[in-house]
Amino acid sequence: MQIEVKNAPSPPLPRCRGRGSRFGLSLLFAKRRSLASPLPRSGGGTGRGLLVAALLATLIAPAHAYKVYVSNEKGNSITVLDTEKLEATATVKVGRRPRGIALNKDGSELYICAGDDDAIQVLDTKTLKVTGKLPSGPDPELLALSPDGDVIYVSNENDNLVTLIDVKKKEMIGDIPVGVEPEGMAISPDGKLLVNTSETTNMAHLIDTQSKQIVANILVDGRPRFAEFKKDGSELWVSSEVGGTVAIIDPAKRELKQKISFDIPAMSKEAIQPIGISFTRDGKRAFVALGPANRVAVIDAETKKVEKYLLVGQRVWHLAFTPDEKYLLTANGVSNDVSVIDVASLKVVKSIPVGAFPWGVVVAPQ
Amino acid sequence: MRSLVAAFCLVLFAAPVAAETVNVKVGVLRETHARETLSILDIPAADDTLAGALMGAADNNTTGKFTNQTFEAIDARLEDGDDVVAALDALLDKGALFIIADLSAERLLAASERAKPKGAVLFNVSATDDRLRENDCRANVIHVAPTRSMLADGLAQYLIWKQWRRWLLIKGSHPDDELLAKAFRNSAKKFGAKVVEERVYEDTGGGRRSDSGSVQTQRQIPVLTQNAPAYDVLVAADENEVFGGYLPFRTWDPRPVAGSGGLMPTSWDASHEQWGALQLQNRFTQTFRRLMNARDNAAWLAMRMIGEAATRTGSNDPEKLRPYLLGNDFSIAAFKGVRLTLRPWNQQLRQPILLSDGRMIVSVSPQEGFLHQTSELDTLGADQPESKCKLK
Repeated sequence: MQIEVKNAPSPPLPRCRGRGSRFGLSLLFAKRRSLASPLPRSGGGTGRGLLVAALLATLIAPAHAYKVYVSNEKGNSITVLDTEKLEATATVKVGRRPRGIALNKDGSELYICAGDDDAIQVLDTKTLKVTGKLPSGPDPELLALSPDGDVIYVSNENDNLVTLIDVKKKEMIGDIPVGVEPEGMAISPDGKLLVNTSETTNMAHLIDTQSKQIVANILVDGRPRFAEFKKDGSELWVSSEVGGTVAIIDPAKRELKQKISFDIPAMSKEAIQPIGISFTRDGKRAFVALGPANRVAVIDAETKKVEKYLLVGQRVWHLAFTPDEKYLLTANGVSNDVSVIDVASLKVVKSIPVGAFPWGVVVAPQ
Repeated sequence: MRSLVAAFCLVLFAAPVAAETVNVKVGVLRETHARETLSILDIPAADDTLAGALMGAADNNTTGKFTNQTFEAIDARLEDGDDVVAALDALLDKGALFIIADLSAERLLAASERAKPKGAVLFNVSATDDRLRENDCRANVIHVAPTRSMLADGLAQYLIWKQWRRWLLIKGSHPDDELLAKAFRNSAKKFGAKVVEERVYEDTGGGRRSDSGSVQTQRQIPVLTQNAPAYDVLVAADENEVFGGYLPFRTWDPRPVAGSGGLMPTSWDASHEQWGALQLQNRFTQTFRRLMNARDNAAWLAMRMIGEAATRTGSNDPEKLRPYLLGNDFSIAAFKGVRLTLRPWNQQLRQPILLSDGRMIVSVSPQEGFLHQTSELDTLGADQPESKCKLK
């Protein structure tokens, strides 16, 4: 197996200077490496573009067809869907193992975490051509954009780091050491607080975007994969895949407020694995994807009670609303399709075939 | 005892808070496993088991940066004649109150006895003996490795799902081969398979990886398996690398092989990649330049369990960590698709069983449709109502 040593700006693990530590040293000096061709893995959260901006834009725009982008982890492609026809209109070959995706402010560019290419690719959404790439560090998985669209924050799963990228200059401008296997990324609506979840450390790391320092570490249940702020910034929700719960965090007090758990009749607790989370704009309702339970939970975001479970495709990972909130789209990793939920009636109205292992989903603002 | 290596690390970053750093010392007490394996791919490395513990300590130390805790693995490797009690004493003297134990049943019981007055807790990462969870269970031993009965049930559920209900059982001539054969017989009874005939393969000491091995084996195995009653699958019980690996493609009748050859039940395999396991495999391979075996994985998991308990309790005291691990709040992610917890009545870790053909994971048990009132994972191995364990 070819193992390539890459530039090592910041080793992820604490440096060990102990003597006579013949095992510890090799481990702790582990540099940022990347296997020549690591195989795909399952699951994870998706990056969201400037959903807030997107939603604002729709207030003045008339209701019409939106473009949806779906990353296909094993298909090495992006499928483009049209929400009027509810069908795929294009498939674009991109880098290897695309997972987290996000749109820029005006929807002209799609940023794609191509994990096996160790880069974030930039896709021009008009021409559907890859126009370039951003340096992301090894194995980028999920990304979040600053509200002004200038900085991308990306989790590097193998390195226990969050990397900061200047979008205009296309340069790395720093990194922040976090826990083991960082994944979920979210940024507060005011852009001041970044949150990263680490899957093996089981923490949500709250990071001040000004000082680039961790200001709080909040323990949550096993394997936290995704984080999402309410649109007014009052709450931060973190899903724990293996713990089977969603943690609700008060971002101002920086503390855990409560946990939501799920109970589906005739389904084992172990099969209920929350991942993707989406809030309606008014903050009244939340939708949580439950992975291999093949369901999306509909939650009253005020009382935190589960109202309903909607049956969707197999191993549902990530979710995205259309800007008019008519539809909620779900990426279903095992059944290779996208389920379309009609939000008003809470019914699944269609499933659209996409590429292999659909992972992330975002909807363009217009 | 050949070596007593302190693999340790002074963590040099500035502590973010003034609270005192909690240091958790974990001993790795490990036997040297035989190098006489049927396949050279299975020859144990010098850092067998230890590497997994070090990987777990590194993971815990990354988390420890945020909780002001450090974790340290102290290695104690035993050769055949070495005294396990002396090795354990050396670890206890170094302050290790958590011991990752890769030991045979006899040595594990001796270590448990010695550790008792010191309040140390052992994590069994390799002994599959059911008796250690039944009549010989001990309050200071937590079992990370699955039992023979869990492994046998995991395989049996899949064979039943395949409708391969008629088994030809062939066991080796060593005492532990009989224990495994017994586990297969029990699984057959439990899930509705039938052992149509049982045979013994005598260990005459020859064969293994010798120059003429393939010629010999090619002639011996058909003889061993001829004139059998009609059967669907050959189930092998060979814990000593005598014949199990030789069975596939050499049987008299063209039949699949399972158990100690062919389709093998295991807690971990280097080909397992589902549920994020690829991340762990990659991290391990990049650091240790070899593949992760079941013992490495169990040691990693034991270290992670210790880390998880230390993080959640903010302590390094076994009297706080052990109740946490056995309580309702504990669960751990181990890249098996579900959370793992401990059976409180005998301190056995509940876990799915992987079925590997050596190159791929063929399936993962429990199989669909095998139901249980508490946890589907409890369809694997001895269950609470039948338990003979009285923890003390």
